[in-house]
Amino acid sequence: MADLLWRPAPRSRLTAASPPRSPRWRLLPSAIILAVVALVVLIVPLVVELNEQYVDLAIANQPPSAAHLFGTDELGRDVLLRCVYALRVSLTVGVVAALISALVGTAVGALAGSIGGWFDRILMRVVDAIASVPHLLLGIVIVAILRPSLSAVIISIALTHWLTAARIVRSEVLSLRTRPFIDAAIVGGASRLQVMTRHLLPNVAPQVLLATTLMVPHAVWHETALSFLGLGLPPHAASIGNMINDAQRSLLIGGWWMSLAPGLLLIITTLAVSGVSGVWRDRLNPKRRTELTW
Amino acid sequence: MTRSIGLAALRRLAFAVPVLLVVSFALFVLAKASPFDPVERYFGVRIIGASPERVAQLRENWGVDEPVVAQYWAWLRHALAGDLGDSLSLQQPVSAVIGDRLGWTVLLVSVGFTLALVLGLVLGTLAAWRQCSWLDRSITGSCYALEAAPVFWLGLAVLYIFALQLRWLPGGGVTTGSEPVSVGGVAVHMVLPVAVLAISQAPWFVLFVRQNLLESFTQDHVIGARARGLPDHLVVSGHALRTSLLPFLTLLGARLPELITGALLVETVFSWPGIARATVEAALNVDFALLGALTVMATGVVLLGNLLADVLYALADPRVALDG
Repeated sequence: MADLLWRPAPRSRLTAASPPRSPRWRLLPSAIILAVVALVVLIVPLVVELNEQYVDLAIANQPPSAAHLFGTDELGRDVLLRCVYALRVSLTVGVVAALISALVGTAVGALAGSIGGWFDRILMRVVDAIASVPHLLLGIVIVAILRPSLSAVIISIALTHWLTAARIVRSEVLSLRTRPFIDAAIVGGASRLQVMTRHLLPNVAPQVLLATTLMVPHAVWHETALSFLGLGLPPHAASIGNMINDAQRSLLIGGWWMSLAPGLLLIITTLAVSGVSGVWRDRLNPKRRTELTW
Repeated sequence: MTRSIGLAALRRLAFAVPVLLVVSFALFVLAKASPFDPVERYFGVRIIGASPERVAQLRENWGVDEPVVAQYWAWLRHALAGDLGDSLSLQQPVSAVIGDRLGWTVLLVSVGFTLALVLGLVLGTLAAWRQCSWLDRSITGSCYALEAAPVFWLGLAVLYIFALQLRWLPGGGVTTGSEPVSVGGVAVHMVLPVAVLAISQAPWFVLFVRQNLLESFTQDHVIGARARGLPDHLVVSGHALRTSLLPFLTLLGARLPELITGALLVETVFSWPGIARATVEAALNVDFALLGALTVMATGVVLLGNLLADVLYALADPRVALDG
């Protein structure tokens, strides 16, 4: 009997989520990768020139080797070098599109939140309506109207991605509006515009920046998807999506390395961005710790 | 109870109808604002040889020079009567184009979605149960990696490995060569596209189930069950999972747009005869009759999915009031 009582309880893991690893260890690897990617994307094109017209059939379709780490494509161009250029194009599209959608979203969200009433309700219903159209389809429609091009892709991404920013800014503005310092500013004689630019927007800015950062990988993903469908950037512009689209043909003759590099590079960059912004998000919203621990 | 759910469903429907109207009208305006003239598209290069009378007659027949609202009203009247117009790129009525392809897409999406759900439940539960073990780490780690990978890239990788190298499974279409469509043949052809769609959608569910389970482990009824000495597997399946699965239902609806997007890309990789090919063709050829119909339809599906998810949620959890 005494034996039974003293038996140790079976080990159970049904406990609260263990606390996340210390932010530094979550931040450091992602930050380093992101810095390396940024440096490579910025500096390599200054040092090594990519000639899209360059063709060297003698070294075409070579598997990865010491000279060409990720092999060469069907025209003898180095896959890795093209990838660096492609990532540059894709990231540019992503960053510009994310910035535009953040601007549009902030404007709509701030107007809806500060004017309120019917105006707010109608704007938010419009946001809901746009949110119910699948993003990629809406993007395809916009590209079809403007014809596939760099600006069409950026516009189509920006027009489908401002909704998140608008919702965030609106809810932030709504909660800020009830705070005493806003009342103080209004009592002190500040105009609507002053309240908006001096008090509301600066307080919303961190959340908007975070949302914009999180939007960049999404926008890049969108660009690659459109380009992959043949509705994105023109075929000669090497973007990640175009490269994967080109590589599709080479797969049939066994050229796996042509699609490996662009995909891996995209995954690594995306993971690094979400790693960094995850730590950032926890710091901004300590209560809503959505970042999963692992 | 049932009555309030019915009312809530009606309210949702009342929101869905104006949304569909607004979306279709916006598409219509966009199409009109584009520099493309459907009559010129119809003639193509032949417009040089066509007589001006014939061109003028066609313009008259199609009503392209009427005001946008009048044209939209005409389109809407016909659409409600089941006539969605003709697809310029495929030279077929739009309803025929969609009718031929929709079944294939629905098949792919429904099987893929079910598989993703099962994967999400099983792996998510395992990961939460064995919190911080190597199993948890590998499941969550690969989920993050899979979430970052573009679905078409995954598709190409799977295609290369299983269809081109190992030659285990066919890598495209629904039939091999000229053999007729058969249940067994389709089932074999479906394996790879369905697997890729499910694997690309699953990570989100896995991470969600894991997170919710971990949160429910600290809830009173779970602690109570553990205190009564119930074994872990009973606590997880009988107590923790029940409460943590409720929010899962609403997510099913929220996930539909992603699912449709994923299906478009997977279909393209595996040359699946669904609506993806038609969508891309329509976009490249500025075929607004088809593209618009497809977009409005997809929006309708999303709205319907949200409605269903809400109703399911209310049925599963009587505490939820569906007002708002």
